[in-house]
Amino acid sequence: MSDIDPEALQAHRSHLIRYAMLQLRDPNLAEDVVQETLVAAIESRAKFAAQSSPRTWLVGILKHKIIDLLRKRAREPQLNVAEGEDENELVDALFKENGHWADPPQSWNAPEQSLENAHFWKIFEQCNQRMPLNTARAFMMREFMDMTTDEICQELGISSTNCWVILHRARLALRECLDMNWFGNAR
Amino acid sequence: MLDCKHNTELLSQSYDRPITLRERIAMRMHLLMCRGCRNFEKQLAFLRKAARELPRKL
Repeated sequence: MSDIDPEALQAHRSHLIRYAMLQLRDPNLAEDVVQETLVAAIESRAKFAAQSSPRTWLVGILKHKIIDLLRKRAREPQLNVAEGEDENELVDALFKENGHWADPPQSWNAPEQSLENAHFWKIFEQCNQRMPLNTARAFMMREFMDMTTDEICQELGISSTNCWVILHRARLALRECLDMNWFGNAR
Repeated sequence: MLDCKHNTELLSQSYDRPITLRERIAMRMHLLMCRGCRNFEKQLAFLRKAARELPRKL
């Protein structure tokens, strides 16, 4: 495992592209950032120790490259897109005016088993892509990249309260989407 | 008394920041009486688990 040749690294490429796409949603940017990752990996492959799998190691490098890229782009004005109205609409649709559930969540059947099902992951990915870009981005920074809310606020230039609101909306949206499209509670 | 909407906000925030004792008690009280929010609570835990596993599943 300590001998990582460039060809073996290329084999992980499509996995890395999908990972980057979830965060960036731009094929060109994803392509660039993965290319940079592979170059960095090849350059530093002597440092790769057998303690982790090559994929974990590559994803680790990729995470840093994505964060660098987001950081760079956060300074550019066009990224400061206003949040769409549709998320407020979602919250309004889920709760009645008195704050009770319009339609209380039903329990999910054997969710743990879903984690072993390839089709579940397709749906999960699609549900992520259906979220508005900034919502999905904050959610992924929190959950995939394991960043703290402080770090996320800083990267996105928003207050912590705003950050909590966005993360909460992301979870509501994702829950709703999985509920309807995977756990079969479509109404 | 917390309503479901605010309770879900707190449940979600408990994944992002330390929750005060007062908030925790309010959530527990609400959950005792609300099946919909109990289901939601379990599903939040599942969402975190799934999201953290995603990089390995792609």
